[in-house]
Amino acid sequence: MLQAKGVSKVYQGSAGSVRALDGVSVSAGAGEFVSVQGPSGCGKSTLLLACGGLLGCDAGQIEIEGQDPYALGPNERAAFRAKHVGYVFQQFHLVPYLTVWDNILTPTLAHPLPDAAQRAEELIEYLGLGDRKHHVPAELSTGERQRTALARALLHHPNLLLADEPTGNLDSDSAHAVLRHLSEFAANGGAVLLVTHDDRAAGYAHRTVHMEAGKLVNGNT
Amino acid sequence: MSVWRLILRELLHRKLNFALGVLSVFVAVGVLVANVTLLEAHDVCTEELLARKQAEAHKRLAVLEDDYRKYMKELGFNLLILPKEQDLAEFWEQGYASHTMPEQYVQRVSNSGTMLVRHLLPIVQQRILWPEQKRRVILIGTRGEVPLAHRRPKEPMLLAVPERKAVVGYELAQDLGLKPGSPLTLRGREFTVSKVQPLRGSDEDATIWVDLREAQSLLGMEGRINGIEALKCMCKDVTLDQLRAEVAGYLDNEVKVIVRENKVTLRAKARKRVKAEHQQALLAEARGRAALRQTREEFASVVVPLVLIGAAAWIGFLALSNVRERSAEIGILRAIGVRSRSIFSVFLVKALVIGLLGAALGYAAGLVVSVLAARSMPSLMVEDSGKLVMLWLPAAALLAAPLLSMLASWAPATIAARQDPAAVLSKE
Repeated sequence: MLQAKGVSKVYQGSAGSVRALDGVSVSAGAGEFVSVQGPSGCGKSTLLLACGGLLGCDAGQIEIEGQDPYALGPNERAAFRAKHVGYVFQQFHLVPYLTVWDNILTPTLAHPLPDAAQRAEELIEYLGLGDRKHHVPAELSTGERQRTALARALLHHPNLLLADEPTGNLDSDSAHAVLRHLSEFAANGGAVLLVTHDDRAAGYAHRTVHMEAGKLVNGNT
Repeated sequence: MSVWRLILRELLHRKLNFALGVLSVFVAVGVLVANVTLLEAHDVCTEELLARKQAEAHKRLAVLEDDYRKYMKELGFNLLILPKEQDLAEFWEQGYASHTMPEQYVQRVSNSGTMLVRHLLPIVQQRILWPEQKRRVILIGTRGEVPLAHRRPKEPMLLAVPERKAVVGYELAQDLGLKPGSPLTLRGREFTVSKVQPLRGSDEDATIWVDLREAQSLLGMEGRINGIEALKCMCKDVTLDQLRAEVAGYLDNEVKVIVRENKVTLRAKARKRVKAEHQQALLAEARGRAALRQTREEFASVVVPLVLIGAAAWIGFLALSNVRERSAEIGILRAIGVRSRSIFSVFLVKALVIGLLGAALGYAAGLVVSVLAARSMPSLMVEDSGKLVMLWLPAAALLAAPLLSMLASWAPATIAARQDPAAVLSKE
């Protein structure tokens, strides 16, 4: 499902260059929930963005469903992401002026889905957002926001779900609920790559890898 | 979910940003429409003003024309055609020609097609003894004016005296107690006084006018006349010699042509002068209006571009701040696969909506303000405000304003479309 081999990324800044990833290799197969843990600034988020086809690497190769997204042009890569990858972020990144319903449907702006409304209804039901359907994000709890973001990520039936600190802003119950949903996604044949500080994630992941200073320090890739 | 729904929701969510954008287009279009409409008001007002003044001038000149004709009737002719052999010294001394010429001469001039003379009046005139009253009088026989064959008939300056009727001068009437209807016997022939002339202070006060035929008979001058009175034209570039030569030419050079510069001529000159002054006044008015328009146009040519540039800059600034405010939203939309072209169109369509709404409101406001201004400013007052509505203007505003708005938002929309989702999301 996801194969990242020897991925390196260096950021060039005014204060000099920063090596965010240094030959990192990680994979997540169908039905696998992989957790990446490490301290802040170790390169976890960079790895996630690179694996999601959002950030080109300086070295190494990434394949999703056997295809290198960076071999595609910008528009094709965007379409590829829309079809195969779902994203969940710590800050939720919901569109503030859209209701829960509309936020869940935003992926259809990129890629129309024939049964989008039915799928959205199913996700709302599944994630317990039925009574929040017509609310805007400002009217939701943080847990509800993250579940809305998760529903949006799942709308297109992606093969790969990338989650960046999805529990970082959540209380314990909400965090467990989100992790449980990610786990269920994997149980249904999807691949999950989760980067987190949260030790609770290890309890849901099939594998946990650790990073430090842009490198994997232990664990099975 | 469609782009339109996204745009609509965003417009309703960020009302202030939207309202400020609409306001800037509203102001720009309003200023543009007001300036264009006021310039149109100026043009219409100028047209109406000049037309009014032109009509007034025509009216006054028509009055003068009428006066001119009346004066001519009262003051007489200024051209005299005399027999060739007439001694002019004798003529000036006795006031009429002692020689005669055929009456048919007047017909020849009438048929000549000349443009140089008008109002032909054949006369026979002689100072005679009025035996019944034992006094000398001037007898004038006239048959009225002979119309020019090639010209539209004009009202005659002097009417014919009917047969058996006599017109008498003021002094004769006073001395002899004559009044209209009084019988009058002249050399054994009976007449009835048809009119008494007013006092003229000249030898006409001792004159009797009768029908030409009767005068010719009384004087033994059948078929003869001793003068043709006429009015020379006020043609420019025609010298007296040319006039004499042409008229004499029609009559085989058997006549003399005398020109008398009388009050009629002076009056005609005055009339021409008044006409020229009217034209000068109109020209000065037109120049004044043109200068005022120039000033207004210069003002508009400074203000309108400044407002348009200001509005464009403001829209650009608002669009840029909108892009910055929405960077996370753009980042996630890009991440989930929305193409950069769609992001670009979201901002341009928003600019289009702002442009259309601002243009519609701005046009209405600009038109209302300029019509009210035109009604309150004398230099812009027009009779019908409907004339200020130019159909092309709302069409141009509705086309140009969205274009301007989109052009101003082009760079921010491009920035939004090129935004790197990874850079945005990693910052978060």
